[in-house]
Amino acid sequence: MGSTIFEERDRQIHRKGDEPFSMDCDMPSLAGAVSQRACVFCGSRVVLYPIADALHLVHGPIGCAAYTWDIRGALSSGPELHRLSFSTDLQEKDVIFGGEKKLYQALIELINRHSPKGAFVYSTCIVGIIGDDLGAVCRRVSEETGIPVIPVQSEGFKGNKRAGYNAACKALFELVGTGVIDDISPVSINILGDFNLAGEIWIIREYFERMGVQVVANITGDGRIDDIKRSHGASLNVVQCSGSTIDLAIMMERQYGIPFMRVSYFGVEDMAESLYRVANFFSDGDTDIMDRTRELVRNELAQLYPLLEKYRKDLMGKKAAIYVGGAFKAFSLVKAFRLIGMDVALVGSQTGTEEDYRELYDITDPGTIIVDDSNPLELSSFLQEKDVDIFVGGVKERPIAYKLGVGFCDHNHERKEALEGFVGMLNFAREVHSTVMSPVWRFSPRRISQHSSYELSLKAV
Amino acid sequence: MLDMTPKEVSERSALRINPAKTCQPIGAMYASLGIHRCLPHSHGSQGCCSYHRSHLTRHYKEPVVASTSSFTEGAAVFGGGPNLRQSLNNIFQVYNPDVVAVHTTCLSETIGDDIPSVVRKAREDGIIPDGKFVIHANTPSYVGSNVTGFSNMVKAMIDYLSSREFGSSKDVNVIPGYVDPADMREIKRMLGELNVSGIVFPDTSDVLDLPMTGSYEMFPKGGTTIEQIMKTGSSGLTISLGAFASEAGGASLESKCGVPFKVLDLPVGVHATDMFVKSILEITGEIRPPASMIDDRGRVMDLMTDMQGYLYGKKVALYGDPDQVIAMTDFLVSMGMRPVYVITGTPGKRFEDRVNRILGNDSSNCLVKASADLFYLHQLIKNGPVDLIIGNTYGKYIARAEDIPFVRYGFPILDRVGHGFFPTFGYRGAMRILTSIINTLLDRVDRDAPEERFELVM
Repeated sequence: MGSTIFEERDRQIHRKGDEPFSMDCDMPSLAGAVSQRACVFCGSRVVLYPIADALHLVHGPIGCAAYTWDIRGALSSGPELHRLSFSTDLQEKDVIFGGEKKLYQALIELINRHSPKGAFVYSTCIVGIIGDDLGAVCRRVSEETGIPVIPVQSEGFKGNKRAGYNAACKALFELVGTGVIDDISPVSINILGDFNLAGEIWIIREYFERMGVQVVANITGDGRIDDIKRSHGASLNVVQCSGSTIDLAIMMERQYGIPFMRVSYFGVEDMAESLYRVANFFSDGDTDIMDRTRELVRNELAQLYPLLEKYRKDLMGKKAAIYVGGAFKAFSLVKAFRLIGMDVALVGSQTGTEEDYRELYDITDPGTIIVDDSNPLELSSFLQEKDVDIFVGGVKERPIAYKLGVGFCDHNHERKEALEGFVGMLNFAREVHSTVMSPVWRFSPRRISQHSSYELSLKAV
Repeated sequence: MLDMTPKEVSERSALRINPAKTCQPIGAMYASLGIHRCLPHSHGSQGCCSYHRSHLTRHYKEPVVASTSSFTEGAAVFGGGPNLRQSLNNIFQVYNPDVVAVHTTCLSETIGDDIPSVVRKAREDGIIPDGKFVIHANTPSYVGSNVTGFSNMVKAMIDYLSSREFGSSKDVNVIPGYVDPADMREIKRMLGELNVSGIVFPDTSDVLDLPMTGSYEMFPKGGTTIEQIMKTGSSGLTISLGAFASEAGGASLESKCGVPFKVLDLPVGVHATDMFVKSILEITGEIRPPASMIDDRGRVMDLMTDMQGYLYGKKVALYGDPDQVIAMTDFLVSMGMRPVYVITGTPGKRFEDRVNRILGNDSSNCLVKASADLFYLHQLIKNGPVDLIIGNTYGKYIARAEDIPFVRYGFPILDRVGHGFFPTFGYRGAMRILTSIINTLLDRVDRDAPEERFELVM
C-alpha cells in the first residue's frame, strides 16, 4: 500500500473486493500520527454550543475558548449569547492555587450581566489535573442565581470526541425533566442531533409541523434551555448524527420511557424514510398522518426531481471521496452521490464503529476504499489513486483537495448552504456541480493532460 | 442581536470575553513549520493539535500537518513519556522528517513531563535516526500568549541547533517575528536587494503559501534548513524583528554564541522600514540602498502625500498581537492618524510603555492596554467612537455593531484573502496597508455621501 501508511494502520483500511469485510476501528489514534481527530472538549462543545440562550463558559487557559469562538454556523432565530467567547483564561497562579474562585466570580458576573436561562461550564484538560471542583462551584452559583448551572466533564484527555458527546449528553440530561409539560400534544417529538448549521433544523421542523407533529425541543440547533427542560414531555426522540446525542436518547428512554429512532435528513431516500418512520410511529393515534406525510414527500419530490436532473446529467460517472467526522453522515452521502449519478471511490470517518463500517461496506461498490481515523498523507494518496472529482470533508481536508486540484464540498460545520431535507439535496447537488464543473481545474497540473491545448501551451513555455 | 456589550465599563478580574490572543502552542507550531522538513509535534491531547491545525489552515488556506502524543487518561495520570517515545518512533518510521519540533501543552506542562530526558533516551535507543533532530520548547498555555509560544520555539531552535562551528561572520540573521509567509519572503527579497547574505529563521514562505502543483507534499520545499540554523551562531549580527516574538531568540543566540543582536520594530510603514534598511546598510557599509529600493520608498511617500487629506486626524482603534500593533501605531502616527485605543491580549507592561513612547505627547489622548480583550475594546468604542478599526478578523463584530470601517491586519484573518500573498513589511508592504486603509475610508465616504456630494473623482 505504499510507505504513506503505518503498518499498524493497515487494519483500519479496507478495500472492498474479494476479501470478506474485516476492519479495526473505534480505538485511540496512534501516538505520533497526524490524525484528523479532536478531543473530548471539542465533542462537548460541538453538541452544546448551539443552545443560544445559555451561557457557555470555558474553564481553562485561553486557547480552548479562542479556537471555539463562533466557528460553527449554528444559527439562532433569537438570542445569540452562544456566539460570544467566555473564558476564565487560567494563568499560572490559578494552576498552582486552583481556579474555583475565579470560576465563581466569572459566573456571577456573566449571569448578572446577560441573564441567561442556564449556563454550561466546560472543563478542560488542565482543570482535570488541578482538580477544581466544578460541580461544587456550579451548585453554589445555581443556588444563588436560580438558574441551572451545569458542569460539563469534558477534560480533553479523557477519550476522543465521542467521550465528549457523552459528557454533553449527561449535561443535557440534568436539564431534562425540570420543565412543565402540560400543554404538549401526544403527537410530539424532540429533534436530537441537529445543530442548525446553515438553518437546517428550520427546514426539518417545518416538515414535521406540516405533518402535524409538535416539536418540543431542538437538541441542540437553535436550542433553548426551557424547551430542553420540558423535552421529557415528547412522545418520541428523533435522533440524527452519529452518536452525538444518542446517549441522551438512551438516558431519556430509560428514565422517562421515551422511545427513540435514528434518522438522517441527508439525501432524498433517507429524508423521506425518516418522515415516514415518524409518521408510522404516530399512525395509531393519528390516522391521517401517513397521508399527510405522503403528500408532503410527493410535493417535495415533484419539485425536486426535475431540478436535480440537469445536475445529474453533468455529474454522471464522476467520482467522489468522502471523509467525515461521523460515519452516519457517510451513509447518507453515499446514497446522495448515487442519486446524482456519481460513484463513491473512498469513504471514511474519524469515529466510526465496526457496525458503521460494515454498513458502509454493504452499501458501497466494489473497489471502494473504506478508512477509519485517516491522515493527510493517506487521504491524498487515496485521492490521487482514485482520481476523484470531488472530496467531501471538513476544514482540515479542504486545502488537501485544492492542492491536488480536486473539487471540494464542506459537509462539516463550515458549510454555508443547508444540505438537509429535500431542498438540501438540491443545494448539495448544486454545490457539487459547481465545484466539479468549475473550469478552474483545467489549469491544474492533474487535468492538463486531458486538455491537450493547455499541455501544448505549457510545453511551449 | 450579536451586540451584547454594555456601554458601561466595569472592573473584571476573573473573566476573558472575546479574547485578543490565543494560547502558546499554536505559536510554537507555526514557528516549527518555518524549519525545512520539520514536523511540529504537540505533546498533549489530540484536541490541541487539531484546533491549532484547523486555525492555521483557516488563516493560511493551506494544509497544516502536525502530530500529537494523543494523551489518554493513563498518560495524564502516569505521565506522557511513553506516548512521546512511541510518537517519535512512529514519526521517523513513517513520515521521516528531518526535525521534530516538540511543544508542550498545559496538560503535559502541569503533569511535568521531562521532554529532554525522553528525547535523550530515545536517541540512545536508536529511535531517533542519526542525522535527524528533535528539539523542544516548553509552551504552557496558561502563560503569555501565542506570541510567547512562537518566541519560545525560536529560542529552542537556537538552543538546540545554533553553533559557532559553521557559517560566516558576513551573514546577518533575521528573526522575522510571528508574521505571514509573505512578510518573511519580503525580508529575504529586501536582503537580496541590499546585497547582503542573510539567514531568515523561521521562514514559512514556500511552506504556507504554496502554489498549486497537483500534488500534496507533506514537507514542502520551504523552511529554513538545519544547516542554515546551525550557521546562525557565526553570523555577524542578529536582527530581531519585534520584541515580543523575536527578542528572546536574539538574546539567546548572543549568550550561546556571542552573536550581537539588535531589536527593531516590525518593518511596517516607512519609518520602521528605514530603520531596518539602515541596520543592513551599517553592515554592508553602503551609504544608501539601491535605486530600486529608493524608488519603492518614493512611491509610498507619493501615495502618502497624495492622500494625506483623507488620513489626517482620523481616529483609529487598533488591536492584535503586540509587535504588529506597536509597528502599526508608529505607521499610523506618521501619517497624522490618531490611534485612540491600542490594545493587545498578550500580557506585558512593555507593550504599553513602547506604544506610549511612540505616541509621545499624544499618549494622554490614547488608551493603551495589554492583557485586554475585544469586549473591553468594544466598550471603549461605544463610549468614544472611532473612524476606523484595524485588527484581525474578530473585530468584525464590533465593526458591524458600531458601523465603523474595518481593515483586517494581523493574525488570524479567517474571512478574507490577500494576506497569504502580499506583504505588510517593507516599502511595498506599506503601500499595501496604505491602499487598504485609504480605500476602506473612501468606500465609507461614498456610502455615506448624500447624492449631491457623491463624487466621481476623489
